[in-house]
Amino acid sequence: MIRGLVAAAGLVLLWQGFVWITEVPPFLLPSPWRVAQALVARADSIAGHALVTGAEILAGLALGALLGSTMALTLAAWRGGRRWLLPLLVISQAIPVFAIAPLLTLWFGFGMASKVAMATLIIFFPVATAFHDGLRRTDPGLLDLARTMGATRGAVLWRVSVPAALPALASGLRVAAAVAPIGAIVGEWVGSSAGLGYLMLHANGRSQTDVMFAALFVLMLMALALWFTLDRLLRRAIPWQPDSLLSLERS
Amino acid sequence: MPAKGTVSALPANGPAIGRSPAPGFRIHLPQGFALGGEPVLAPCTLEAAAGHCTALLGPSGSGKTTLMRLAAGLLDLPQGATVEAGDGRPLAGRIAWMAQADLLVPWKDALGNVLLGAHLRGERPDRARARALLAEVGLSAADAGKPPAALSGGMRQRVALARTLMEDRPVVLMDEPFSAVDAPTRHRLQDLAARLLAGCTVLLVTHDPLEALRLADRILVLAGTPATPMEVAVPGGTPPRPAREPALLAAQAALLERLAEAA
Repeated sequence: MIRGLVAAAGLVLLWQGFVWITEVPPFLLPSPWRVAQALVARADSIAGHALVTGAEILAGLALGALLGSTMALTLAAWRGGRRWLLPLLVISQAIPVFAIAPLLTLWFGFGMASKVAMATLIIFFPVATAFHDGLRRTDPGLLDLARTMGATRGAVLWRVSVPAALPALASGLRVAAAVAPIGAIVGEWVGSSAGLGYLMLHANGRSQTDVMFAALFVLMLMALALWFTLDRLLRRAIPWQPDSLLSLERS
Repeated sequence: MPAKGTVSALPANGPAIGRSPAPGFRIHLPQGFALGGEPVLAPCTLEAAAGHCTALLGPSGSGKTTLMRLAAGLLDLPQGATVEAGDGRPLAGRIAWMAQADLLVPWKDALGNVLLGAHLRGERPDRARARALLAEVGLSAADAGKPPAALSGGMRQRVALARTLMEDRPVVLMDEPFSAVDAPTRHRLQDLAARLLAGCTVLLVTHDPLEALRLADRILVLAGTPATPMEVAVPGGTPPRPAREPALLAAQAALLERLAEAA
């Protein structure tokens, strides 16, 4: 964590030095100092837009995780449906979400709904596939044991396969948390009246590059906060899961 | 069946599981058995005597585990094949299964793992009996609350044994139950299993001639392709036989040679 902060500080210094030496005009690349000033000057407006984007991300994450988990459970419980649903799942991912963003805006309007739909679509796939993979890969020995113990199919799914697949679901959710902001921002770019994506587009049109960077910085902080919070919650909820990337690095 | 909740279902010696006498069973395969078109077992009949331990040895791939899975009802029986209990009642629902891997679930502590069967069947868990069984296999009260990851391999296998006993079934199928632990631990676990499973009908699949000679009342070696079970003499005395007995060591040497031929 401390090393990460030092590395980030080093990059900022490098950036400041580069701007200082090359004297590149601020509308092309503002110095970190200018970005910080813009951040303070526009704090109220940026905070308002950040709240909108944050709400879109969280709603998309919740909805996408719910739908993705439901899909994975359906695939695991309903053998006949697997043949029909699995191709659908793959096809859903073959359509680039960015390409249908204008359609979503057309159908769900310029408000939050279209951005939530966008984030949901992006999150659905990693959650569904990771959880489904986990459900399919229950230890066959454990399934045999459950059968000799006289467990029904439903009990095997709920009390063996699902808990055994929770670490896989957690990895899916981590990926989802990382891509969720993409959905919200792309949605805002296509058409919106609020949110950090809207603010960036607006600032870009007026050559307020420093505001763009400030919005980007806030977005990055939000994405990091989301990822770390989720990671911590998941590790507390599933203490037996194999350690995540970060804790591996620590050991 | 003992009344639910009676901790005293564990007398110091004699049957660990107080109940009507354990039935023997017979696996009859008049046409042998094939897995994926490949014949594994030749036409044969395997009998496990009531209340006794039958050990099944043989090289890898000789069909030991297949026979055990047939008895456990984990494989579909081929046409004409039967698995019948000596008392004429179905065997299903009267077996407990213990595998080479401990198969402890990581999301439950040792006690929760012993109670897994009740949890899966939606029954009320008999915690007092589970605790008594854990103590019986040598786990302290503190260990009972630990997750499997915090226990050693030997401890985990002890929990698996307690879970098998908790099922309270007259027929116990064990598939190389102690092959994943070190030799001294295995020795202790064999003594423990022999004591706690006395009176049960046990089918023990193993790679280890010494294990079979120590624990079994009857030893069958699977040999040939496709394999048939052949009986091998066991030394006298009641299991668990001490490992240092000369007769047992001589029998071990003979059995090893026999197995080497079979492979």
